[in-house]
Amino acid sequence: MPSPDPPRSGSGAPPRTGAGWRRRLDTLAERAIFAVSLAAISIIFLIFVYVAREAWPLIAGAVEETSLGAMFAGPLDWQPVSADPRFSVIPLLVGTLKVTLVAMAVGTPVALAAALYTAEFGPARLREWIKPVVELLAGIPSVVVGFFALIVLASWIQDTLGLTFRLNAFTAGIGLSLAIIPIIYTVAEDALSSVPRTYKEASLALGASRVQTAVRVVVPAASPGIGAALILGFGRAVGETMIVLMVSGNAAVLSIDPFTGARTMSATIAAELGEVIFGGDHYRVLFFLGVLLFIITSGLNWIGDRVNANLRRRLFGTA
Amino acid sequence: MIIPSKQAFPALAAAAGMVLFAACAPVTERQAVTVRGSDTMVQLVQRWAEIYMNQHPDALLQVTGGGSGTGIAALINGSTDIAQASRAMRDEEKEQAREQRGAEVTEIPVALDALAVYLNEANPVETLSIAQIDRIFRAEITNWSEVGGPDAGIVLYGRENSSGTYVYFKEAVMDDADFPAGYQALPGTAAVINAVNNDPNGVGYGGIGYATGIKTVSIRPAEGDAPVEPSEENVLTNAYPLSRNLFFYTVGEPEGLVGDFIDWTLGPDGQAIVSEVGYYPLR
Repeated sequence: MPSPDPPRSGSGAPPRTGAGWRRRLDTLAERAIFAVSLAAISIIFLIFVYVAREAWPLIAGAVEETSLGAMFAGPLDWQPVSADPRFSVIPLLVGTLKVTLVAMAVGTPVALAAALYTAEFGPARLREWIKPVVELLAGIPSVVVGFFALIVLASWIQDTLGLTFRLNAFTAGIGLSLAIIPIIYTVAEDALSSVPRTYKEASLALGASRVQTAVRVVVPAASPGIGAALILGFGRAVGETMIVLMVSGNAAVLSIDPFTGARTMSATIAAELGEVIFGGDHYRVLFFLGVLLFIITSGLNWIGDRVNANLRRRLFGTA
Repeated sequence: MIIPSKQAFPALAAAAGMVLFAACAPVTERQAVTVRGSDTMVQLVQRWAEIYMNQHPDALLQVTGGGSGTGIAALINGSTDIAQASRAMRDEEKEQAREQRGAEVTEIPVALDALAVYLNEANPVETLSIAQIDRIFRAEITNWSEVGGPDAGIVLYGRENSSGTYVYFKEAVMDDADFPAGYQALPGTAAVINAVNNDPNGVGYGGIGYATGIKTVSIRPAEGDAPVEPSEENVLTNAYPLSRNLFFYTVGEPEGLVGDFIDWTLGPDGQAIVSEVGYYPLR
């Protein structure tokens, strides 16, 4: 940790304390930060334990109306409020994947092209502008993106493509891509610009053009980082709730056609958890969806981080 | 690390204290009542609360939506004083409230609503029978040409399953059958209106209080009957087949501020606001 407030020259104020006091303050600050990070980790862990505990009776097969098997096999319907409730996660998984894949298909080329441009071709001063601005995009509340997609994008896409359904997985995926582009861009850009200059210099000295250098040398060297960027973007897209709740139409159809509606796992939890009877079957099923989402997103984040760490080790010899 | 100077610290503490004081003072002095539930009723109850609080400055009413099911669940677990609901509470829900809260639930009808079926302005269809609406929402009729409209596929919009309007529609129109997979569930009646307004082939449903700037269908109770508009008169005489009560629920008899507020909503001032918001007053 860098030492806090280094002595300012010419500030006139006499030094209040000696070096011993300063060292004690450092140790104290270090311990406080350690405690805070430990708390953050345990909170996440406890949240997972809580979510899993609420879903446990379902996993253990102790609920009446459904079972783990029925949620994956059974009739492939999501009809939780019904005379004959059916809780199949398959339409929800299909819906989630459908929206996520559209978002990835739209977001990836844009984000990667932008990252390659700022890291390899654009002037350094431009990079100092573009990077913070794109990262700012990540700070836009997703409800704002959702509202824009619902009011503006949905009508425009329906008219342009002549679609039957105004609210569909494709439009939701476009909206979602706005949320994942900053993540993919930032991580990929970091990976590309951390490729050592010697690689590029060697390539250029051998007579390769800048494009050849970028595509054949820099991109392959940074490919694990780019992979990590894609994985992290995918994880974010799977968990994102507000945009899909507003724009996807929330229809639990079992169809891979992106121009039909889609009901994602996250939007299902958001829409239904407020209503369910505490401790009832529907409640358990929604918490099980939470467990699935938690495992998918944290698994993807973990893989992304591992891949990124491997890249650093390969390029710099340190983790 | 920022260490506030010795002079700044008391000033900061004083400012923080003032903020805390300002935030706490009204809450401790005023009596607070929470009302939760139906999104259909949220406009109406918020308007009631606003005017009631103007007349009774010491009362504090907090009104939130979330759907009738949400409000009823909150009433059962004790996190709201009044539940607003656009459907009647089920027997098992009343049973749960009795078990968890140790008192009977009181049901108070506070206004009348016509559940309206919305169409896009561009849709030439003017009337539908209950049976046709039923078959449309079961996806047995999938093209507007089958009910006298253009040759175009029907897109179904409606509420999420936490909504009382969803449950009412499912029971009153569809004999408790399930909505088809392609049914698009939207968060709130305003979202349904927005969707139908933007979709020439859309059909949706919701409370009459939201039905400004959108076409509502006249409904034939049975196939050969004359179509009935969702007007105030037709709801009062029960001629409109999808007339329903909007309810307040409390645990036990409403007393104190809760009782006073409910009595006020049922009185002339309260019922005048019902018409103002677009619903229909009780007889």
